[in-house]
Amino acid sequence: MLLGRQKIEADMAHLKSKIQNPKSKKKAVKRINLPLTREDVLSLHIGDMVLITGKIVTGRDKIHEFLCKERLSGARIPFNLEGTILYHCGPIIKKAGKDFEIIAAGPTTSMRVEMYEHRVIADYGLRGVMGKGGMGRQTLEALKKNRCVYFHTIGGAAAHLAERVKRVIDVWKLREFGSTDAMWLFEVRDFPAIVTMDAYGQSLHEIVERKTGREFKKLTG
Amino acid sequence: MKLRDALVDLYRKAATSLPADVEAALISAYKKESPVAGSILSVLLENVRIARKTERPLCQDTGVPVFFIKVPVSVSQRDLRNTIIEATRIATREVPLRANAVDVITEKNSGDNTGIGFPIMYFEETGRGRLIVDLMLKGAGSENVSRLYSLPHVELKAERNFEGVRRCVLDAVYKAQGKGCPPYIIGVGVGAAKDQVSRLSKEQLLRSLQDENKNGVLAKLEKKIMHDCNRLGIGPLGLSGKTTAIGVKVGVNHRHPASYFVDVSICCWADRRSRLIWHI
Repeated sequence: MLLGRQKIEADMAHLKSKIQNPKSKKKAVKRINLPLTREDVLSLHIGDMVLITGKIVTGRDKIHEFLCKERLSGARIPFNLEGTILYHCGPIIKKAGKDFEIIAAGPTTSMRVEMYEHRVIADYGLRGVMGKGGMGRQTLEALKKNRCVYFHTIGGAAAHLAERVKRVIDVWKLREFGSTDAMWLFEVRDFPAIVTMDAYGQSLHEIVERKTGREFKKLTG
Repeated sequence: MKLRDALVDLYRKAATSLPADVEAALISAYKKESPVAGSILSVLLENVRIARKTERPLCQDTGVPVFFIKVPVSVSQRDLRNTIIEATRIATREVPLRANAVDVITEKNSGDNTGIGFPIMYFEETGRGRLIVDLMLKGAGSENVSRLYSLPHVELKAERNFEGVRRCVLDAVYKAQGKGCPPYIIGVGVGAAKDQVSRLSKEQLLRSLQDENKNGVLAKLEKKIMHDCNRLGIGPLGLSGKTTAIGVKVGVNHRHPASYFVDVSICCWADRRSRLIWHI
């Protein structure tokens, strides 16, 4: 048996070969480019592994609350949200002269914005939301109704994911909300994620929860 | 070297370098997992490598700093507190850490990880001539899914015994699903009062994953709970798999005849803890 480190490297190489050779028998990793269209979204299903390239925006608790309460017209937000992905992330960013340097950029728990997300999806033309841990029924229904999808990225892998953020383009609401809760505009390349809630009303999180619920009953019956 | 600078280094080490025992547990889980869960674990391990190499935080949520400090008799706790606060400000700027201290009244972020009761510091006097500082950077995702129980608990059919404790932990982990970044490390505290068991459960998270409980009954309980947690099948990041927990540690205090509190402290896979031993 290979040692841990070697096995990991072998596995990573296998993953890379799958990306380069999508015709291999195992499920290929899909490359997707932003902005996404309605058709792009409909081609995605739960369990799909994707690599995202393009411009995405971040937003956590304060941005969601603000977007919901203000119901801004698109023109008042400095970034175009049409077809993009709203990433649940409060990054670590260092100011380097005039520019911003990305230090760490992993996902935060998406469930905290459950009460706002369905309205944000309906009002701002997003085609994707991304975070970790999955979301609830309200969001799942909004994804279906508005042709949008939930991407689950890798919780705690902030150093790795920061390397996939090629550029910090801009920021909105920095002074008002602070660096963690501001809306950052990132250019990402090959940002890894898994589709766990799709536009067909399917949720991998519900499936796992049902399965674990049966085990829980057996263990505590 | 000044103590303050050693504390800044302690912050850097905790934030950027996963303890060896946790990394070993993730590697051993990786060997057993299915392709999807395995590929998630491989990304986590890759992240550990990058963070250590580049000296960048493993996770953007550098958490609430929690200090457990063993203080020699001659050292002032008040001075130590001030030194830790000063080191926290410097570390936030230099590591850097994310500014996580928010004023509850004004909703303003202090910007330097200090504030009322922030960082958290627990002091204990020791007879030895050296200062021991354990620092844990406790992420909010896993803190938010941690739970306190008062037994008996009718819905869980949890009585006041270790079977009841097992039921509480399984309930907390089942409800947490993937929200707190599994594989989890779980600290459990049992005792008389809710503040006491919450501190005790968190203190369990300082133990090495290889550390076997000195009490045989508790050691057996820890193994049983870990086995059952993994039967739940929540898996790495909650996307199903064999590895839901990589460590369960139980601590007990005496209880009141009428009380049986159980606190379940859940920690994400990025269990960032580090120790400084300082000779006075």
